[in-house]
Amino acid sequence: MPLVKGGKIVSDTYAGLADDAELASGGNVLMSAARFLADPAALAVRSGQTGVVWPNNRDIDDLVPHLAEIAVVALVFPSFRDGRAYSQARLLRERHGYRGELRATGQVLRDQFVFMLRAGFDTFDVRKESDAKAFAQVAERYSVFYQPTGDGRATAFRQRLARQAEVTGS
Amino acid sequence: MYAYDEIDRTLVNERVSEFRDQVQRRLSGELTEDEFKSLRLMNGVYLQLHAYMLRVAIPYGTLSSPQLRKLAHVARRYDRGYGHFTTRQNIQYNWIKLSELPDALEDLAAVGIHGMQTSGNCIRNITTDQWAGVAPGEIEDPRIWAEILRQYSTLHPEFSFLPRKFKIAITASDHDRAAIKIHDIGLRIRKNEQGETGFEVLVGGGLGRTPFIGKTIKQFVVHRDILSYVEAILRVYNQYGRRDNIYKARIKILVHELGIEKFAQEVEDEWLQMRDGVLALDDAVVEDIRSRFSYPAYQKLSDNPDEMKAASADPRFAMWLGNSVAPHRVTGYSIVTLSLKPVGMPPGDATAEQMDAIADLADKYSSGEIRVGHEQNLALPNVAKRDLPALWRALDKIGVATPNVNLITDIIACPGLDYCSLANARSIPIAQELTKRFADPDLANMIGKLHINISGCINACGHHHVGHIGILGVEKNNEEFYQITIGGRADEQAEMGTLIGPAVPYADVADVVEDIVEAYLALRARPDETFVETVKRLGVTPFKERVYATR
Amino acid sequence: MTSPLQQKIKITGASIVTANRTGDGVVIYRTADKSWSSRIADASVVHNADEARALLSEAVADDVGAIGAYIAPVEVIEGKIEPGNLREHIRSEGLTIELLPVPA
Repeated sequence: MPLVKGGKIVSDTYAGLADDAELASGGNVLMSAARFLADPAALAVRSGQTGVVWPNNRDIDDLVPHLAEIAVVALVFPSFRDGRAYSQARLLRERHGYRGELRATGQVLRDQFVFMLRAGFDTFDVRKESDAKAFAQVAERYSVFYQPTGDGRATAFRQRLARQAEVTGS
Repeated sequence: MYAYDEIDRTLVNERVSEFRDQVQRRLSGELTEDEFKSLRLMNGVYLQLHAYMLRVAIPYGTLSSPQLRKLAHVARRYDRGYGHFTTRQNIQYNWIKLSELPDALEDLAAVGIHGMQTSGNCIRNITTDQWAGVAPGEIEDPRIWAEILRQYSTLHPEFSFLPRKFKIAITASDHDRAAIKIHDIGLRIRKNEQGETGFEVLVGGGLGRTPFIGKTIKQFVVHRDILSYVEAILRVYNQYGRRDNIYKARIKILVHELGIEKFAQEVEDEWLQMRDGVLALDDAVVEDIRSRFSYPAYQKLSDNPDEMKAASADPRFAMWLGNSVAPHRVTGYSIVTLSLKPVGMPPGDATAEQMDAIADLADKYSSGEIRVGHEQNLALPNVAKRDLPALWRALDKIGVATPNVNLITDIIACPGLDYCSLANARSIPIAQELTKRFADPDLANMIGKLHINISGCINACGHHHVGHIGILGVEKNNEEFYQITIGGRADEQAEMGTLIGPAVPYADVADVVEDIVEAYLALRARPDETFVETVKRLGVTPFKERVYATR
Repeated sequence: MTSPLQQKIKITGASIVTANRTGDGVVIYRTADKSWSSRIADASVVHNADEARALLSEAVADDVGAIGAYIAPVEVIEGKIEPGNLREHIRSEGLTIELLPVPA
C-alpha cells in the first residue's frame, strides 16, 4: 500500500515487527501497543526509530507517558466508518503536544484525507494507488473550515473577524 | 433570516464539486457501492424502494422566498413535481437520479442550501422551534445558537464518523415546539441570575427501537462554553459509544448503560480540560453571527384592524383564524401556520406550484420568510393582521388553509412502505383514510387537540411513540399490522405512549382510532380536557376495553 | 456489513433477484441472459437455494450497474410473474396512494 507523507508518495522506512519477532537494535520498526507496553525500556538501547500501532479502543492515556521516545504513532481505522482514531489524533496533537509522525492506517480512502489532516495526521497508509496519487489535489479541495483544530487553519469565524478588522482599519 | 456570506457559500460550492467527483467515480466503477454509500449518505442521498431520495436540510426551519422557489425548481426539474417535508426540518425528493444529483445540488447551492449531513453517522441538521424569533415570551432567538452549532458541526473533522447519527434541537420558549427531549442533545435556552444566556443541556433522548426521554446532564452551561460542552459530549460518545451493534449505537444507549451520573462525570472530566480552549465563544464571534440575522422593520399596527372585523363574518375565515393563526411577539402581527395536511393527501407533501405560490405570498405578506416545523407544516412568521383575510383567500386557493392545525387530521406520518426501503408497513394510506373519517371540521374541532403520529417501522420517523395516538406499522406473516399507543407527547412534558393491546390489521386501524376517540369523548371530564389529559387521568384501560371489547 | 452472498440463502418458493439501477435508481430485475430489465416479466425465476445463490452472485458482481441486489419472492400464475409480497408489489407497480395533483 502506498504511503503518503508531506503530500507525496514515499517509501516506508518502517518495517512491521511481529509480537514474537526479535527486536534488533538498528532499523526503524512499527510494533503493536501490547508489545511496546510490555517493555517500554527496551527502546532505550535501540539505535533505530520505533513506532507504535495504537488500537482505536485503547485509551491513549497509556501511551502519553512514552510519547517522547516514540517516532511514529500509527492510529487505526478498521473501517473508514469507525471514527474513533480522529479523537485520539486530536488529543495526541492538541492536548498532549505530540509532534512526531502521526500515521493513519487501515481503511484509509481519499474522502477522509481532509478530515484526517485537520485532526492532525501527517502520514497516510493509503489503500488505493489512485487515492494516493490524488492526495495533493484532494487535500486542497476545501478552503473553508468552521471548526478550530490543532492544524492551524483559520476558521470561518476568525476569517470573518479578520475581514471586518481590515475594513474597519482602512 | 441568516445571510450566508462568501465564506459560507464557498464551502457549499466546494462540497458540491467534491460530490460531483464522487458521483463520477461511482458511475465509472472506481468507487464500489460499499465505499460510496457513506459518501452519498453524508450528502443526504438514500436509496429507497423506487429510486434515490435526496434529503435537503432546512437549518433551524428557516427559508427565504428565493430558497423555497429553488426547492420548487428542484422538484419540477429533477423530480416529479413535489417534495415531502419531514419531521426534522428537511425536505425530501423521492425520484431523483444519481446522475443528476450533482446538478440539483449545484442549483440548491446557488441559494445556500444543501444536503450535507442530512444522513450518515454525523451531526445532523440542527433543528429548532419554527416560531423562533417571533414567538411571544421567547428568551431570545434560538436560531443564533442553532447557526453557531450548524457552523461548528458542518464537516466536523472529528465527528463525521460517529457510532451512529446525532441529532441536536434547541428551544427558547417554555412551550417546546422543537421536541428537544427526544433528541441526542436537547438544549433549552435559559438565563441565569446574572442575566447571562446559557443552556440547560439534555442528553440521550430518542425514539426508535429503544425509546428514551432525554435527561438533564447539566442545568446551566453559560453561552461561552456551549461549543466546548457539546464537543465534550461528542468526544465521550465517539470513543465509548457502541459500534458492535447498530441498534445499540446511539448515545441514548451509552447514557443508559453508564447511567446519567457516570456519563455526566466522563463529560465533565473531558470538558474541564478544554473549556478555556479554542472553542470558548467570545462575544465578537457571537455578535458577528447575530448581526447576520435580519428582522423585518415592524410597523406600529392595530391588533384589531378593520379588515379583520369585516372578514370575521365569514365562518370559514373565522374557523381558520381560530385554528391556524397564533399570536406574534409584535402587536398587530401574527404567525400563520400553513397546513400541509389536506384531507386525503400525504401529510407534509407540497407541489412545486404550491411552493412557488407560498414564496410569492411570503414576499407579499411575511417579509420574504417561510418556516418549516417538525409537525410537517409550514408557517409564515411575520404577517400583519390587516393582511390576514387576503392571505387566507390566497392560501385557501392553493390548498394550504385546511383549518386543522393541532387537530386529529394534522397527522404526522413517515413515508412508510410506499417509498421507504426500511418500512414494514404503509403509513400514508392510513393517514389518508383517517383524514377522510374526520374530515368534518366541526367534528375535529369538537374533539380538540389531538396529535396522531404514524411510523411504518420501528425506526420511528413518524415519532409514533410521542403521538397522542401513536400508530406503528409491523409485519406479521406477510401482512401489515399496526400497534396502537396512546398518551404520548413530544413537548416539554414529553412522554412515551402506552400500548393498548395486540396489533390490529390494516383495514381495522381507522375503526380503532374512531373507537378511541369515541371513548375519549365519553370519558373527558370537560370539553376542554384534552385527549392526553384524559389518558393521563384515567390510564389506558378504559380505552383498551373499548377497542378490544368487540375484537 | 455482511455481504449478501455470505448470508444464508433460504427460499420457500419461486424467487427472483432484484436491485436498483445505479445511474437512476430504477427498480430492475436480473434476467436469464445475465443482464437487467426494468420489467418483472423478464426476470429469471429460480426455485431452489443453489439457483438463487448463483443468480444473486452474478447480480452482485455487477457493482457498477446495480445496487443492493437481493432475492425476492414471486408467484408464477399461469406463466405470469407476480410480486410475492406487498413491498415487491409496490416496487413493481408503484405507489398505492393518491398524490397532490401535479401539472403534466
